[in-house]
Amino acid sequence: MSGSDVVIVGGGVTGLSAGWWLARSGMKVTVLDKFIVGWEASGRNGGGASHYSSPLFDEEQRLWPQMDALLGYPTEHRPERIIIAMTERQWEQYRFVAERHTRLNHPVELLDTKQVLDAVPLASEKCFGGVHYKFGGHANPQRSVQAYAWALQDLGGTIVQHSPVTGFETAGGKVKAVKTANATYRCDAVVVAAGPQIPQLMAQLGVNVPLASARAEMIITEPAPMMPIGGIDGHKLYGRQTLRGNLAYGGGPHEWLDVTADGPAARPSTPLARNLAKRLAELLPKAAHLNIIRSWAGVIENSPDGRPIIDRLTSPDNVVVASMSSVGFGLSPASGHAIRDLVIDGKCSFTNLDLLKLSRFDGLEDDWREKRGWIPIL
Amino acid sequence: MDLNFTGTDVCAINGTRSPPESRYDVVVVGAGPRGIAAAIDAAKAGSSVLLVDENPVSGALMGNDTPLYFGGRMTAATQNSDRMLEAIFMSMPDLEKAMEAGVELLLGTTAWGVYRNGSGVASLPEQVVGLADAERSWLVGFDRIVLATGARDLAMAFPGWNQPGVMGAAALQMLLTRYDAFSGRRMVVLGSHDLALETALLAQAHGIEVAGLVEVRAAPQGSSELIAKVESAGITIRCGQTIAAAKGGIDGVQGATLSTGEEIACDTICVAIGLVPSIELVDAMHGPRTLNPKHGGYIPVGEATVSAVGDCAGLTDSGFDHIEYRMEWMRALSAVSADDTIICQCEEVTRADLIGVQPPNYLSRPAPMCARSLDTLLKDGPANPDQIKRLTRAGMGVCQGRRCRDQVAMLLALESGKPFGSIPLASHRAPVRPLPMKILADWNEPAQMEAAWDVWFGIPTQWVPVEDIGTRHEDEHRQMLYTGMYE
Repeated sequence: MSGSDVVIVGGGVTGLSAGWWLARSGMKVTVLDKFIVGWEASGRNGGGASHYSSPLFDEEQRLWPQMDALLGYPTEHRPERIIIAMTERQWEQYRFVAERHTRLNHPVELLDTKQVLDAVPLASEKCFGGVHYKFGGHANPQRSVQAYAWALQDLGGTIVQHSPVTGFETAGGKVKAVKTANATYRCDAVVVAAGPQIPQLMAQLGVNVPLASARAEMIITEPAPMMPIGGIDGHKLYGRQTLRGNLAYGGGPHEWLDVTADGPAARPSTPLARNLAKRLAELLPKAAHLNIIRSWAGVIENSPDGRPIIDRLTSPDNVVVASMSSVGFGLSPASGHAIRDLVIDGKCSFTNLDLLKLSRFDGLEDDWREKRGWIPIL
Repeated sequence: MDLNFTGTDVCAINGTRSPPESRYDVVVVGAGPRGIAAAIDAAKAGSSVLLVDENPVSGALMGNDTPLYFGGRMTAATQNSDRMLEAIFMSMPDLEKAMEAGVELLLGTTAWGVYRNGSGVASLPEQVVGLADAERSWLVGFDRIVLATGARDLAMAFPGWNQPGVMGAAALQMLLTRYDAFSGRRMVVLGSHDLALETALLAQAHGIEVAGLVEVRAAPQGSSELIAKVESAGITIRCGQTIAAAKGGIDGVQGATLSTGEEIACDTICVAIGLVPSIELVDAMHGPRTLNPKHGGYIPVGEATVSAVGDCAGLTDSGFDHIEYRMEWMRALSAVSADDTIICQCEEVTRADLIGVQPPNYLSRPAPMCARSLDTLLKDGPANPDQIKRLTRAGMGVCQGRRCRDQVAMLLALESGKPFGSIPLASHRAPVRPLPMKILADWNEPAQMEAAWDVWFGIPTQWVPVEDIGTRHEDEHRQMLYTGMYE
């Protein structure tokens, strides 16, 4: 199907990676975004790239070290992570995770307090220990998103920003075109990777995609002295030291929201920044004097089991739907590959995606959000 | 794994936040003349009133050009916080009147964020303002907030501006009149509108030698009365010229080189081209704002519970188009300076890299990267400073764009051939002042926050390795990591 027109709805990291993979296979790709590429959660996250629970994990790990070369633009990817326990309970939990990694042949090493201090200059003498992941890593979300977009353009793909999708034209069990306010894009295949807006878009095709959206927050410091490994977190925080030295961290309670077809109306941060600052000061006390210079928030969607939905529909049969269920950035090299395979070959060439099929929610109760308490505050 | 849902998400924010420590009917931010007057009025009307002002800020913050563009020309006296406090009371006699009227006054206290429920957030117990002093941060509830945050200096880049001795007019005025702590002796003033003229006269009255004003336009810009005063004071206004470079040495500025080639010896170059209303708090709370060139830039629109007074609400309208004037300066400065002129001091981003949309120099620039530029980015849509910031780091440093935000927008407007007002303003976010992590931290966090805290959403099935699903390890995972959830 080389030369076919593929329209991708949503210029987040998943849609852009999918577009890049499809363009590499000779497809004529158009990515439609309601605003600017990577403007939502794809460009606002912790940048982690160590998703061992996913069927896409092996491919994620294989690809990240090559991404700068493959894309032609810097992603700031760096390997490895160290997860530090600040309470006895966390130490018990992180060791449990470490044992699991060992069982699954993911290379890890347990560090005692002294070893943590040697490896992480900003860490605390009060830490109980750490787990050194000799896999995984982190990258710069903002730079990586733009890298996918540019690499896609370099392969002849088109990115249309400021163009929210308003609907689809269907005929003969296929989507024939994707519509925006100003234009209609003919297509042979469609990828819907529009994050929180997926349910509203897919409802137009008569497909129910159960997703609920919430706001999460992060803080960042001025640059700290560079640590040998930037992928430092734990203490129930996620985050990284950027290559500039800033410490960017998130975690903690989220707030469920209703998101309309237009997407998140605002992404306000809240005084949760103070609770993040407290934990970061405990995790990295030798950086506690550094200024926090910014806080921000992002809106991400989750499926009922928190696992992604990556599936090619049976009707219309030329549509792939992709929600990464709040964990999309790190997996993006692999999710794009999987989507490419579904669009072109109808099945994934490198892993079993059965776990991520939309049909697993076929019997889902109507009040699934209420049962989970995943509802906005009135 | 069978999950029995309880109807409650124990990791949601609901009900976990700290209530504010105290609350007032009215909080006034900024204890300048208009803030003090607003506080006294509210107190006399029977309201409980808290008046906060970030000054005196620490020497370290002044060194970071916070809140004004001090340009390193403070004397060591600014390190003495007791003296600074005394100086504020001496220079602002109305502060005592406010206290007599029952206003609670906190100096050295920064308002770093205002939070309220609205679009995208409904979890706050009430609307609050975040405050911080040198020891700690805390939240204060309010019915009404009055922003009297004044105006900040508009910085302008030219070769050598990133060294001690290049400073703003508002900073100079504060050092001279409030703290008596200005270390310069001889200065060149950029601009000739009222701000520049008043600054020159003020400096001269304080014994500073004013070596002249430099005006980009063909004639002096301010009121004829002020122009006459400046001329009769023997101060020259060089028109139709701009600054080409600040020459410097170990102590910073030693002279100004003008576009004509003329060199003027000075230890200070005071950028008095314009002031910008300080609307960081309005922006960070997503308050409405509007661009008004005659009021100096973006100004708050005002809401039922949020009002602005003084320069924060807009500079006095004298019919002068501040935006057009700034743009003319920016055009002239860009024309006479090399492309490697630093625009963002914190991140050392040059104009070439800003306009080239190039990454910082700790990253490599492969051929495809070098082929990218603002021109290629503009093919995707209009220029957006927040997007360009992510790529170049301009405005991402510790000053969070206080020195370069307006310049970046001006440069993007010039380069893309669009009016200034069509370029979005790079966003402000809390904390609107740099705040040490240990100060911002909530050390009295409620137990319910700790109980709800998970690294991510706390969804028991989200992190079970695919290999473990359906095995005994799946339940072990839940027992260990999600005890008590969905049981």
